[in-house]
Amino acid sequence: MNPDDQNPASTSAAPASPDPAGPETTLPVPASSPMFEQARGAGQLSGVPREAEQPLALRSTGKRAESAGRTPRKILVLGATSGIAEACIRLWAARGDALYLVARNPDRLAAVAADARTRGASSVGSAVANLDDTAGHPELLAHAINGMGGLDVAFLAMGVLGEQGQAERSFEATHAILHTNFTAPVSLLTWLANYAAQRHAGTLAVLSSVAGERGRRSNYVYGSSKAGLTAFVDGLRNRIDREGVRVMTIKPGPVKTAMTEAMKGREKFADVDAVAATLVKAIDKGKDVVYVPGIWRIIMAVIRAIPERVFKKLNL
Amino acid sequence: MHYAVGMPTAVELDFNPPPSTEASDKAGGPPPFESWGRYPEYPAELKQLHWQGDYPRAIDGVHHGALAVGMGRSYGDVCLLKDGTLLQTTGMNRLLDFDPATGLLTAEAGITLAEILDFAVPRGYFLPVTPGTKYVTLGGAIANDIHGKNHHHAGTFGCHVTQFELVRSDGRRMLCSPTSNPDYYAATIAGMGLTGVIPWAQIRLKPIVSRKINYQGIQFHGIDEFLDLSSQAGNVEYTVSWVDVTATGKNFCRGVFMQGDHSQTPAPLKPSPKPKLVFPMELPGFALNRMSVGAFNSLFFHKQMKKRVSTLQDYEPFFYPLDAVLKWNRMYGKRGLLQFQYAIPWEHAKEGTVAILYEVARSGLASFLAVLKAFGDVPSPGMMSFPKPGITLALDFPIKPEKSFALFDRLAEMTREFGGRLYPAKDARMTSAQFQAFYPQWERFARYKDPALTSSFWERVIGGQLGVKGVGR
Ligand SMILES: Cc1cc2nc3c(=O)[nH]c(=O)nc-3n(C[C@H](O)[C@H](O)[C@H](O)COP(=O)(O)OP(=O)(O)OC[C@H]3O[C@@H](n4cnc5c(N)ncnc54)[C@H](O)[C@@H]3O)c2cc1C
Ligand SMILES: NC(=O)c1ccc[n+]([C@@H]2O[C@H](COP(=O)([O-])OP(=O)(O)OC[C@H]3O[C@@H](n4cnc5c(N)ncnc54)[C@H](OP(=O)(O)O)[C@@H]3O)[C@@H](O)[C@H]2O)c1
Repeated sequence: MNPDDQNPASTSAAPASPDPAGPETTLPVPASSPMFEQARGAGQLSGVPREAEQPLALRSTGKRAESAGRTPRKILVLGATSGIAEACIRLWAARGDALYLVARNPDRLAAVAADARTRGASSVGSAVANLDDTAGHPELLAHAINGMGGLDVAFLAMGVLGEQGQAERSFEATHAILHTNFTAPVSLLTWLANYAAQRHAGTLAVLSSVAGERGRRSNYVYGSSKAGLTAFVDGLRNRIDREGVRVMTIKPGPVKTAMTEAMKGREKFADVDAVAATLVKAIDKGKDVVYVPGIWRIIMAVIRAIPERVFKKLNL
Repeated sequence: MHYAVGMPTAVELDFNPPPSTEASDKAGGPPPFESWGRYPEYPAELKQLHWQGDYPRAIDGVHHGALAVGMGRSYGDVCLLKDGTLLQTTGMNRLLDFDPATGLLTAEAGITLAEILDFAVPRGYFLPVTPGTKYVTLGGAIANDIHGKNHHHAGTFGCHVTQFELVRSDGRRMLCSPTSNPDYYAATIAGMGLTGVIPWAQIRLKPIVSRKINYQGIQFHGIDEFLDLSSQAGNVEYTVSWVDVTATGKNFCRGVFMQGDHSQTPAPLKPSPKPKLVFPMELPGFALNRMSVGAFNSLFFHKQMKKRVSTLQDYEPFFYPLDAVLKWNRMYGKRGLLQFQYAIPWEHAKEGTVAILYEVARSGLASFLAVLKAFGDVPSPGMMSFPKPGITLALDFPIKPEKSFALFDRLAEMTREFGGRLYPAKDARMTSAQFQAFYPQWERFARYKDPALTSSFWERVIGGQLGVKGVGR
């Protein structure tokens, strides 16, 4: 039985329709492209979840708390069902920011979006997309930016830990990790960087990892994907910071999320809400490189300093 | 493709990495999930539910029984399953909908009452019913049909649950409300997690204009004064009493009657600060003895020097005095603590309470937290709900194996003689015969039980009788 049967009344808050007179995007798919129109006409763009299909509990009230005296920031979250992203979304929503959420699982995305609306986000748009599909990126981003009528922050959170053992045995598995953690973010950032640089505004905040700072026997495949991402993001900052775009390399230490559920010593990992509180502040400021929790800046300095002839004998 | 002659082929080369040399995980160690009493302790597999769609997928291939658990704030074994699979819901804690006009809140069932308060209080709403700790989940509050200091006004938590979804292990999803699947609605409220997993629920919050409570504390001596105060307080929303169970002779059944109402004077509705204190370590078993507890109780009684005090108090210390120190159950040491809570109907409430208090005093075992309250007659929708009109008394004791178990067994038997019953959420000892006498409707309830779900509590009190253990999906 579906709760829908009981209570049909609810307002839809599917992605706000793009304002045709709104800021023009240099992304290759203009808001008025036939492809775009067609998708909207069909009521669904790359699987934008239709709210009428959600259980009652997952639909919005249509009421929004506008936080007094503050212009809501327009925040695009790529990988919105990530544990770290979701914790940030809750804080942004509670202060009334405008959100556009992208994730690949429609049910999970609907739950995160409902939570954001309930907490008071001034608007919540969403789209279902597998971000491995780099060909779909420009259209997706155009839709998101048009939906919000601009972009203040893009937060890239998607990522996979992968299985090191499997990756050691198969390049296919390695490739999948590199694709999701490196190639796909690079594709997204290429579009976003040009968009932001032309407007001389915006913050691109990217979740890399401390794991990218040194290749270790236990997870060098994941680590190398993050090392590549760190280098790309650092370089991008050096290119467009002077254009007025903040580009942030975020390096979390181990955090208690679904990604680290099976790991040993998990009790000692950082609390995701504390990590999110740090990140929301850091993103407001547009810091260059963020270690979170901060202690990891020191830990990684020590780890980087260990000579390789010693390091290769360790079981790290 | 062309290879030089003599090169080994791919098949001949071993491209597989050598097996890992890392030591495998050690078995044993502490149990992954404890109840608040830390007794009994059972090994179990612990899995986290993050999303509503995670269940029943999470129990694919599980054949030894499973159980949803929340914060583990139940004292005994309703939230345990020996050698089974526990599905912790706390990662499933999203708010799904809120209507500021009606106070109807929909949320995933792993949200805690603390998280609900953080959201609701600044918006001028409060929980319709709250237990003595805010660190319980919405699902746990429904599954034990918890009661609070306003039971005589508002009934149990279940009275304010407008609808929820129930997922069965075969994947069936049911919307339950007083009008939709009303039988599953009734069986699931106070259903101890046995009828299915609740992914989300909707409750009706109640409006407040201030965080403050108009509080009054009144000393009483003896059960008659307690009963008088209870009946005079008919119009007061919250009442509860602390009673000194170590006192004998002329001080027998002395205590402090505490009552309060939400202040009607508008005042800022800020969210609560986060608690900072964590009980640092386990105290040795001898730390809580009759002397120290007696001294504490005497101090508590005399802290209130006057017969009657009135203050305006924040709701946190009024409802959740113990939440200020996280993990305070460590105070009871490694062996843990036992709770004991009965409800005895009015017919025998007075004599039963006196007899049991007398038995406790005589045993020489000390109880810190002895809480006495008159239950009201608002009926609960829950089939297996614990409260009934009469008196309830809750006690807790550090575990001293022989002594405390013998006392508990005596008290349970006395409860039965006085026509009362015990609260499964706070029990680790009642026998199967006692449970079936306390809850004669259990056989009707068992018809709604999900075959793949069970708990150590259920195995203890029903167990073999229905052959539930080991039944897969
Ligand atoms: C200090 C303290 C004070 C207390 N005061 C009171 C009080 O005043 N009144 C009162 O009534 N109780 C009181 N309690 C007991 C407590 O309120 C209950 O035991 C409550 O059910 C605990 O909730 P939990 O989230 O910790 O659930 P758990 O203890 O983890 O589980 C309790 C039950 O809920 C079931 N369950 C949990 N989540 C779900 C779900 N999503 N779907 C289906 N079943 C589920 C479990 O299977 C189990 O049977 C108190 C406890 C403490 C520690
Ligand atoms: N947790 C840590 O300890 C830690 C430490 C350092 C860095 N990080 C990084 O922080 C980021 C967030 O991680 P987390 O801890 O929040 O883990 P998480 O909860 O597992 O989140 C990862 C998210 O990425 C999404 N995702 C993966 N592949 C995708 C794809 N092809 N398309 C769209 N979405 C995809 C997942 O979607 P589904 O929900 O659909 O699976 C999931 O929501 C990751 O980049 C991670 O590498 C985490």
